Amino acid sequence: MSDAVLPLLIALPLLAATVPLLAGLWVDTAGWPVAMGTSLLVSALAGWLTWTVSPWSTTGSQRLVHDLAGYPAPYGIELVGDGLSAILALLISVVAVAVLIYGRTTGPQSNAFYSGYLLLTGGLLGMALTGDLFNLFVFLEIVGLVSYALIASNDDGRAAYGALKYLFLGTTGASLYLIGVGYAFVATGTLNMGDMATELAALGYSDPLVQAAFGFILVGFMLKIAIFPLHTWQPDAYTYAPDTVSAYISALVSTTAAYALIRIAYGVFTVDFFAANPLLTDAVLLVASISIVVGSLLALLQTGIKRVFAYSSVAQFGMILAAIGLNSETALFGAVIHLVGHGLMKATLFMGAGVLASAYDATTIADYAGLAKREPITSGMMAITGLALVGIPPSVGTLGKWFIALGAIEEGSWGVAAVIFVSTLLTLTYIGRLIEALYFTQPADDMTDRPTTSPDTDDTADAVADDGAAADSDSVADDGSMVADGGATSPVATERVVVVVVLAVSTVALFAAADPLSALLDPVFGRFFA
Amino acid sequence: MTESLVGVVTTRHAYVLFVLLSAIGLYMMIANEHLVKKIIGLNMFQTGVFLFFITSAYRIGGAAPIVEAGNGPYVSPLPHVIVLTAIVVGVSLTAVGLALSIRLYSEYGTLRADALREVIGDE
Repeated sequence: MSDAVLPLLIALPLLAATVPLLAGLWVDTAGWPVAMGTSLLVSALAGWLTWTVSPWSTTGSQRLVHDLAGYPAPYGIELVGDGLSAILALLISVVAVAVLIYGRTTGPQSNAFYSGYLLLTGGLLGMALTGDLFNLFVFLEIVGLVSYALIASNDDGRAAYGALKYLFLGTTGASLYLIGVGYAFVATGTLNMGDMATELAALGYSDPLVQAAFGFILVGFMLKIAIFPLHTWQPDAYTYAPDTVSAYISALVSTTAAYALIRIAYGVFTVDFFAANPLLTDAVLLVASISIVVGSLLALLQTGIKRVFAYSSVAQFGMILAAIGLNSETALFGAVIHLVGHGLMKATLFMGAGVLASAYDATTIADYAGLAKREPITSGMMAITGLALVGIPPSVGTLGKWFIALGAIEEGSWGVAAVIFVSTLLTLTYIGRLIEALYFTQPADDMTDRPTTSPDTDDTADAVADDGAAADSDSVADDGSMVADGGATSPVATERVVVVVVLAVSTVALFAAADPLSALLDPVFGRFFA
Repeated sequence: MTESLVGVVTTRHAYVLFVLLSAIGLYMMIANEHLVKKIIGLNMFQTGVFLFFITSAYRIGGAAPIVEAGNGPYVSPLPHVIVLTAIVVGVSLTAVGLALSIRLYSEYGTLRADALREVIGDE
C-alpha cells in the first residue's frame, strides 16, 4: 500500500495545477495558497518516502515499486522510489516550498504562473520517480514546456527571446533523447529501465545500435543539462527570467536532467557498458573537463551577476558529468551530493541576487559595491553560499567536490582531479570578485547613510561613474531604495531574507549529512555497481 | 556492392527518409534566421523521429494489433502509442514556440533571429 505515495507525488501537483486557473475565475489571489498548500503536502509525502526507503525505517523495503493502473512491469509503466529518487524528490519539494515563500510578494503573481509552477513541480517529480524510458521523455517535455513558459513570464521582451532559444535547443535535446530511446527500444523491445538493463546485457554492449542509443541519449541530456558547448540557451534563460523562476529553474531543472542521466547510465546501461566502451568514457571525461574549465572562465568574464551564476552552473554540471564518466562509486556519490548541494547553493545565490536586485536595482558586480553595509544579512548569506560553492569547508560544496576528486584519484584520472582543482581556484576568483565588491569596495555614490534628493544623487553618481549607463543605474538604485525605505525598515519583505538565510545555513549544515546520505544511497549504488 | 546498396535503398528506404527528414529539419532550424521557419524545421526534425518509430513497428504481413484467436502476426502497437504521445508533445511545443514568436514580434516588430540579436545585444 505504501507504494501509493509514488503516483500521489506526481498526480497531486499535476492535478492541483488546474485549481489556480479554475479558482481564478472567482478569486484573483487563489494561486499562491493553492501552490503553497500543494507544495507543503508534496514535501510531507517526499519526506515520508525518504523515511520509508531509508535503512532506519521498520518497513524494511528500500525500494518502492508501483505499477501504474495495475499493469505489471515490462508492459505497463513503473514508478520506482529508492534512495536516489527519494533524495531528488525531497530536494524538489523543499526548493519548491522555499521558492514559493520567497516569491509571495515578488515575481509574477498571476494564477497562470502558479499553475505553471505546480506543473513544473509535478514534471520534475515525475522525472525523479519514473522507471520507464518513454515516460521519462514525456516528463522531460512537460518540464521543458513549463520552463519556457515560466521564463517568458517576465515583462522583458528579452525573456521571450531567451525562452524561445531554450525551446529550440531544449526540444532538440529531448528529441535526440527520444531517438536514443528509439534505438534502444529497437534493440531490446522494451522501455522499462530494469527490463532493458537485462536485455542489453544479453545483447552485448559493443553492439553499434546500443552504442548509438547511448550516444544520442548522452547528447540529448547534455543539451538539457547545459554542458559546454551545448550551454548557449542557459545564460539567457537564467538572466532574463523573473528572479523567482531563475532560482527555481537553476536549482532543479538541470539537476533533475543530470539525475536522469545518472539513472540511465548506471541503471540501464550499467558499469559494464562503460567498461566495454572505454573510448566513450574518455569522450565524456574530455567534454566534462572542457565544460568545467570553460564554464569557470566564462563566469569570470561576466559582469552581470545572474550571468556569473549561470556560467558557474555550466562548470558545476561539468563536474557532475565528469563524475558520471569516471565510473567510480565514490565519484558518483560525490555527484549526487553535488547535485543536491549545487541545487541549494544556486537557489540561495539567485534568491540573494533577487533580493539585492529588487532592493537596490543591483544587477552587475559593479552595482554590488559596498552593498554589505546596507544589506548585511543577504550579503553575508550570499558570501557564505559563494564560499560553499568554492568548496571551502564546512559546506555541502566541499563534500561533493571532495568525493568527485577522490573518485577521480582512485580511478587514476589525474587529469580530472587537476581540472577540479583548477576550477576550484577559478570559482574562488569569481566568488572573490563578488565578495570584494560587497565588502571591500566603496560604493560609487556616498549615499549609504543619509537619504538624499534626486539631483544630489545624480551629481555624485555622474561624478564618480565613468559612463552614462552606470550613472543611470546608480540613480535608479537610489530612487528605488528611497521609496522602499520610506515604508518599512528593510527595503525587502522579511520572509524573502529569511528564506535566503535558511537555505544558506542548510548548505553549511549539510556538511554533516554525508553519513545519512551514504546510508540512503548504499542500496542503490549496490545495484549500480553489483 | 551495388546489389547490397540497392537492397538497402529498397528495403530500408524508410530509415533513409528518417535520416534525411531529421537532418533537413535540424539544418533548417539552425541555418534559417526566420523564427517561424525555425519552428517548422523543428517540427520536421520531430516528424523524422516519429517516422523512425512507426517504421520500427512494421512487419511484413502484420495485421492491425486487435488480438483475436489465430490472427497473427501483428504489428507492434507500442511505437504507435509512443508516436501519438510524442505528436501531442510536439503540438504543444509548436504552440508555445509560436506564442513566444508572436510576443517577440509585437515587442520588436521582427521575426528574424539576426535582427532580434542585434536589438537585444545578444553575443
